[in-house]
Amino acid sequence: MARTESPVDVVLVGFGWTSAIMGMELTDAGLNVLALERGEDRDTVPDFAYPKMADELTYGVRYKLMQRPAKSTLTVRHNVGDMAVPYRHLGSFLPGDGVGGAGTHWNGHTWRPQPQELRLKSYVEENFGADIIPDEMTIQDFGVSYDELEPFFDYFEKVAGISGKAGNLNGEIQEGGNPFEGWRSDEYPMPPLARTYNDTLFADVARSEGYHPFPLPAANASVAYTNPYGMQLGPCNFCGFCERYGCLNYSKSSPQTCILGALKRRENFSYRTQSEVLRVELDSDGERAIGVTYIDPEGNEVFQPADLVILGAYSLHNVHLMLVSGIGTPYNPETGDGVVGKNYAYQMNGGSSLYFRDKEFNPFIGAGGNGEVINDFGVEQIDFAQEGFIGGSYINAAMTNGQPIRNMPLRAGAPSWGEGWKQAVQETYGHVMSIGSHGSNMSYRDCYLDLDPNYTDDHGRPLMRMTFDWKANDVRMTQFMKQKIDTLSKALGPDDYRLSFKDFDTRYDVRPYQTTHNVGGAIMGTDPSSSALNRYLQSWDVHNVFVMGASAFPQNLQYNPTGLVGALAYWSAKAIREQYLPNPGPLVQA
Amino acid sequence: MSLKDASRRRFMKGALTGIPAVTIGSGVSLTASADEPPQQLTDYQPAFFESAEWDFIIAACDRLIPGTGPGPGALETNVPIFIDRQMEGGFGHAADWYMKGPFPDDVPALFGHQIPLTPREMYREGIAAVNDFCQNRHDVAFAALDDAARDQVLTQLQDGEIEMASMRGSYFFDMLLQNTKEGYFADPIHGGNKHMASWKFIGFPGARASYREWVDQHNVEYPLGPVSLNGERG
Ligand SMILES: Cc1cc2nc3c(=O)[nH]c(=O)nc-3n(C[C@H](O)[C@H](O)[C@H](O)COP(=O)(O)OP(=O)(O)OC[C@H]3O[C@@H](n4cnc5c(N)ncnc54)[C@H](O)[C@@H]3O)c2cc1C
Ligand code: SF4
Repeated sequence: MARTESPVDVVLVGFGWTSAIMGMELTDAGLNVLALERGEDRDTVPDFAYPKMADELTYGVRYKLMQRPAKSTLTVRHNVGDMAVPYRHLGSFLPGDGVGGAGTHWNGHTWRPQPQELRLKSYVEENFGADIIPDEMTIQDFGVSYDELEPFFDYFEKVAGISGKAGNLNGEIQEGGNPFEGWRSDEYPMPPLARTYNDTLFADVARSEGYHPFPLPAANASVAYTNPYGMQLGPCNFCGFCERYGCLNYSKSSPQTCILGALKRRENFSYRTQSEVLRVELDSDGERAIGVTYIDPEGNEVFQPADLVILGAYSLHNVHLMLVSGIGTPYNPETGDGVVGKNYAYQMNGGSSLYFRDKEFNPFIGAGGNGEVINDFGVEQIDFAQEGFIGGSYINAAMTNGQPIRNMPLRAGAPSWGEGWKQAVQETYGHVMSIGSHGSNMSYRDCYLDLDPNYTDDHGRPLMRMTFDWKANDVRMTQFMKQKIDTLSKALGPDDYRLSFKDFDTRYDVRPYQTTHNVGGAIMGTDPSSSALNRYLQSWDVHNVFVMGASAFPQNLQYNPTGLVGALAYWSAKAIREQYLPNPGPLVQA
Repeated sequence: MSLKDASRRRFMKGALTGIPAVTIGSGVSLTASADEPPQQLTDYQPAFFESAEWDFIIAACDRLIPGTGPGPGALETNVPIFIDRQMEGGFGHAADWYMKGPFPDDVPALFGHQIPLTPREMYREGIAAVNDFCQNRHDVAFAALDDAARDQVLTQLQDGEIEMASMRGSYFFDMLLQNTKEGYFADPIHGGNKHMASWKFIGFPGARASYREWVDQHNVEYPLGPVSLNGERG
């Protein structure tokens, strides 16, 4: 028999970026807010303190800060008819675990989508005609516009403390920024980071090719900064242990450095760790949530009553919780009916690794968000009808770390062991830079999430099942980028370079890290028959459940997701404060 | 290869066949200091590997990252000690991995680990299978082969030519090679990379983690040697 805790106004499931934001906003509104986090409590000191963080094996290779598949994972298959098998150890994506979530160990590339990406389907239809959309492609509009979100992008960037250079201030193109970005009401809160050698080489060549290079918007502080919550960031020292690590220097934007210190002081806020939510409990007619059931640190089931349930458990877990709790109708790929689990998408990336015998890159001098970018082949810059695909990429030269276990790019044909391997290591370490493309991934009828029939977790819940593979449209997109990067690579004049891009026979491989940008499954939109959430991230079916995170994306952007994830959380919070609290019920009539 | 390296290496090989330990020249720079000096491979008593397995690990590591050519080898950097310690920790026990069945047969390699064996069990079965293979083909265990024959067997293992009951032979090879490189490049706190020798070899400053003044000094070699998590300076 589950113990029942005293009721709260709001329960936040998970305690990463989105729950931290919701915590601030809803305590501001005077509500009594509780966050339940399945992992450990974590803070800069003691958890990320020097020198402990500078340990590649423990954090970079054995994933100390991430989710443990033994406790939480999903199954994967390529096709609808196949048997899915568990993602038994981490590889392709690395969901977070513990206070701060993946927001502690992310890289910090912080983007806004291009305006048309938020209304992609309409944009394609208006400009190229509906018939260029392949039959099996299920792209949609987000149901919220860039103009509506602009103040929230701006605020999230100020809270997180982003270093960058605006390219479009209120419609005026700015020298040195991204001329292809949507308009901004304000500059970035901090100037760009100092430039590493690879950044400047790439910028020069890109400019000479007629492109428009600019510094990657980085969640690494370039100067001393105090955010709107009074939280302080100190300048990043390019420690080279950024992605997969907590910041040892109060420099990387994370829930810890930007929000939690302020939030934890509020009397109407509390949080419990090692408290894994098993499901959202609904009332007898399934139309209202009455709270959540979680497992406490002693292993007991606890019922936590709440008036409002906010899922901030990371995209994949949000969808899993909806599926196991019966919130919304599960998606059926045969009929196209149902919405929960629909439109799972990922990120289509490729890259080039360039070897220069005579150049010293000192790759260990790196920061997560360090890099130089061109967006000349962005979603809005490409003629889809002419090129034969829908999508786009940003292309960047980044130098994030030189950790030798994982970051040892060798030349083509180098032996993988023996004396020849040592020679290759000596020859190449420190002399390689890379150019990458980071691209969109469309959604498809048969790429989706549901419950697995064969595998369960320790609590007896079915694991979630991911059905996903690469599709020709997106391969055409990445092959297009390959040509551009090939030209840029040649122009840089390396002694040698190597391209690595997905091709038409490439199947999704769960082993190598790609990105932790898993999107879709609880998508937002304008119609309950085609989306799980309305434009305020409110469940169409259970009005006091709001679902944060990139699970709301109907297809993936060309960019990393968190700029939009953060802005959507603030957008949703405003709707809750101004519309929902005075009049609880559906914010959009179906 | 310097004379010192050559004799050290001869000694390491000798150790396999039971020549008593005397001392191994460490080749460490004078600036080095650490709270606890690293163990000597020759004195080390493996916690997980049994004697014949340990002979295999030492012999295989010696070929995967040999002491010849530029830079240190796996034996002078204590890589076998690293692997033994990994077997005793969470990794060896697959403590973080989802290990519930069913385990369908013949799952494509790109779905990652899909067998019921933990890394400990993989090493146990993998080493036995390679030694059986060598016994059949060459009448001796792997560790008793000469360098050329060892390389040939390792290549066969890598290419999937050595059959194993519960896994692809190439999968075992991939893990062995990966763990060997981990031991070579990981912080010495984990038992390998003795005196940060691999970091000195490639010019990685280890745990320094502070380079603000260096960001815009372009195309200049970074001047300082590495530091380790427990305060060793190189
Ligand atoms: C290695 C890495 C690099 C990344 N780099 C970038 C980047 O450069 N740019 C970018 O935009 N994005 C990046 N991301 C993605 C970014 O981290 C996420 O978009 C962001 O953290 C999502 O915020 P969230 O609040 O949705 O989830 P998270 O921040 O992950 O927080 C979710 C929390 O919920 C907890 N939780 C899950 N299930 C339960 C449950 N049942 N009960 C209780 N608690 C639960 C988790 O333990 C976790 O702490 C990266 C991610 C990783 C892992
Ligand atoms: S690179 Fe900078 S922001 Fe990243 S962890 Fe190091 S000091 Fe922090």
